[in-house]
Amino acid sequence: MPSVEILSRIQFAFTIAFHYIYPPLSIGLGLCLVIMEGLYLKTGLAVYKDITRFWIKIFALIFGIGVATGIVMEFEFGTNWATYSHYVGDIFGSALAAEGIFAFAMESAFLGVLLFGWNRVHKGVHYFSTCMVALGSIFSALWIVIANSWQQTPAGFRIEGHDLGARAVVTDFWVMVLNPSSVDRFSHVIIGAFLAGSFLVMSVGAWYILKQRAVTHAQAMFKVGLSVAVIAALLQLFTGHRSAHYVSKYQRAKLAAMEGHYDSSAVAPMYIVGWVDNKNEQTTGIKIPGGLSFLTHGSFSAPVEGLRATPKEDRPGAVNFVFQMYHMMITIGITLIGLTLLAVFLLWKKKLFQQRWLMVIFAWAVLLPQIANQVGWYAAEVGRQPWVVYKLLRTSDALSRKVTADQVMFSLILFTLVYVLLFTLFIYLLTRKIQHGPDISENAEIEYDGYYHDNITYHPTKL
Amino acid sequence: METILGLDLPTWWFLVIGGLITGYGVLDGFDLGAGALHLFFKKEESRRLVLNAIGPVWDGNEVWLVIAGGALFAGFPLVYGVLLSTFYIPFMLFLVALIFRAISIEFRSKEPWLWWRKMWDISYTVSSTGITLLLGLVLGNLIHGLPMNKDHEFTGNLLTFFNPYAILIAFTTLSLFMLHGSIYLVMKTENRLYTRLTIIVNNCSKFFILCFILTSMATLIYVPHMTHQFKSHPSLFLLPMLAVLIVLNIKRNVDARKYYTAFAYSCIITACLLILFAVGLYPNIVISTTDPAYSISIYAAASSVKSLKIMLLIAAIGTPMVVGYTTFLFWTFRGKVKLNEMSY
Repeated sequence: MPSVEILSRIQFAFTIAFHYIYPPLSIGLGLCLVIMEGLYLKTGLAVYKDITRFWIKIFALIFGIGVATGIVMEFEFGTNWATYSHYVGDIFGSALAAEGIFAFAMESAFLGVLLFGWNRVHKGVHYFSTCMVALGSIFSALWIVIANSWQQTPAGFRIEGHDLGARAVVTDFWVMVLNPSSVDRFSHVIIGAFLAGSFLVMSVGAWYILKQRAVTHAQAMFKVGLSVAVIAALLQLFTGHRSAHYVSKYQRAKLAAMEGHYDSSAVAPMYIVGWVDNKNEQTTGIKIPGGLSFLTHGSFSAPVEGLRATPKEDRPGAVNFVFQMYHMMITIGITLIGLTLLAVFLLWKKKLFQQRWLMVIFAWAVLLPQIANQVGWYAAEVGRQPWVVYKLLRTSDALSRKVTADQVMFSLILFTLVYVLLFTLFIYLLTRKIQHGPDISENAEIEYDGYYHDNITYHPTKL
Repeated sequence: METILGLDLPTWWFLVIGGLITGYGVLDGFDLGAGALHLFFKKEESRRLVLNAIGPVWDGNEVWLVIAGGALFAGFPLVYGVLLSTFYIPFMLFLVALIFRAISIEFRSKEPWLWWRKMWDISYTVSSTGITLLLGLVLGNLIHGLPMNKDHEFTGNLLTFFNPYAILIAFTTLSLFMLHGSIYLVMKTENRLYTRLTIIVNNCSKFFILCFILTSMATLIYVPHMTHQFKSHPSLFLLPMLAVLIVLNIKRNVDARKYYTAFAYSCIITACLLILFAVGLYPNIVISTTDPAYSISIYAAASSVKSLKIMLLIAAIGTPMVVGYTTFLFWTFRGKVKLNEMSY
């Protein structure tokens, strides 16, 4: 049987990767809902009300699975990584506690009103709840990314005790919170989430347009999604650059792995595509000469610290994996910019919704930000190995001492079965909801200005 | 050591976590209880009504568990790691049950098919019951103490958890939540379902009183360290006496059909029992049955003074906010539950 370390790492990677399908969608959809419902309140057009209600139902499905799989994460630190929990509790714990009390509580309480309050509260109160849910999900991401960033670039602490009894103790809360990578990583993560949500909205809109169903509604949701996506895609270029910049300063071995750069005395290129042969420490591919040198030092001819500068046991082993994941993320990021700019241009020319080929691409493009978010995290987390807390605590030292391999094997099999079932059900129900389509008000073009929302009759979408 | 209002910081944090767990018990207690009772309702409309009675609030209630977990991690990282890794298998089952409960509530009404709804109904009751029993089992083991060596390592095995005392506590927890949940449901329903629920409440209150008596006797006989605390501070004896009075009051109000008052009392008894447990434990969190000296006290487990201070500030700012949202939510959905097109 594989070792406890390998099994625990597989279990953590699997459960977090699965969980991370959902929160970015919730965060991005939350923002889209704020815009849709805001447009409804501002214009009074029933079409915005219909799409708001439609997306609230999908939001509920996604949010529910996000919560269920998220609780697993919180407790998995203790079950599988007890030594780590003890080591970081003083610091990491306060971020998690703040997340629960400031973000998650707000999100969950207002979610009740968002989902069930449509006919119960004044529409201003409902809109306020929508905003609070969206804001809460962003705050959640903030605290979680702060905790993770502290592991990447620890700051504002000192070490107490030694060996297995050692722990990091906070010395300056704000230095800890605003550690060198927090801001850059948070902005990168949150914009990735906006992309995930807005591309889902556009994908569904594009699909309805292709099927010639509820076209007014489909175009309205597509435009909302596109307005978020185009800004997010462009901003992501900037936050991505900022993130790479912090890595170049604080996690040089990770940066070197991302570009497959070994020799510290050499000028470092930036690869567009390539392959790393970690055994012979060689990288081949299409490259921009001096690209990484420019990124790191602002000069195309400056040498960049390579992987060889770090002893073998202190640097990531899966260099090619980190390289490929990182480059996949960048390629997708650039593609998203191109796609959204093209869509905006065609929209301006009033020709967007006639381009069937582009609608087909957008219907499928929902996968792109999802993949980019996933592989971006793979690069970030595999790239920091063998450390769980960078240069302080090794992953292999972070385990629970009393947990055995067969216990972890049991839970790993359990989670695999449950998550496969969960994912199947999710895709099935999501498809059903999308096929059902938005419930369309009698006259979607007419202004509507009731105190409550419920005195309109609905009929199912006509096919 | 630094103190605030005469109490040291680890004690304050012990109180915060106790408060959070109590909040969780009081709030999620009734929806777990409602879940455990779900299959007793046979008609489709009844099932939808009882599901929607907790519909808008259950997610907010579960947040208290998340916050309590975070608070334990933050304030007593050692205990967080030791407890979760010791109870590895029970916690994994607990997490899976939490997932199943969430998706049962969420997925049940998404399809009209009979088999689909029946499947999720069963999953909902099984997972709600399972969560409650596992919580009770962990609680029972904590009250009873665990075989721990001097390195805070658990020396038992999976079967150690299934001692008679812990099993009794598991069922007492179930009976308490079922009572709590049934009173909540009776408040939220009307007509025939209401009438049916009044009978269920009566049965639940009998089941709970039976478990309560058994637990009280078993604790006096088998868990001497719980009573030890009361012997050294005789005024604390008021607490168990208060508990008995509250239990009698629940019965009296249920019989008189004053369900709002009964619900208030079932909230108080949940809090009261957890306070009793906390008083018996303090200043330890994990008690070693191998040697009392190997127990983990709040002082050995606590985070640094600075960290505790920061987090007390976070709790002081955050708690009124959480109480505010929760009140707003319950106020919005006050009164009898009605079905509409956004319902489960």
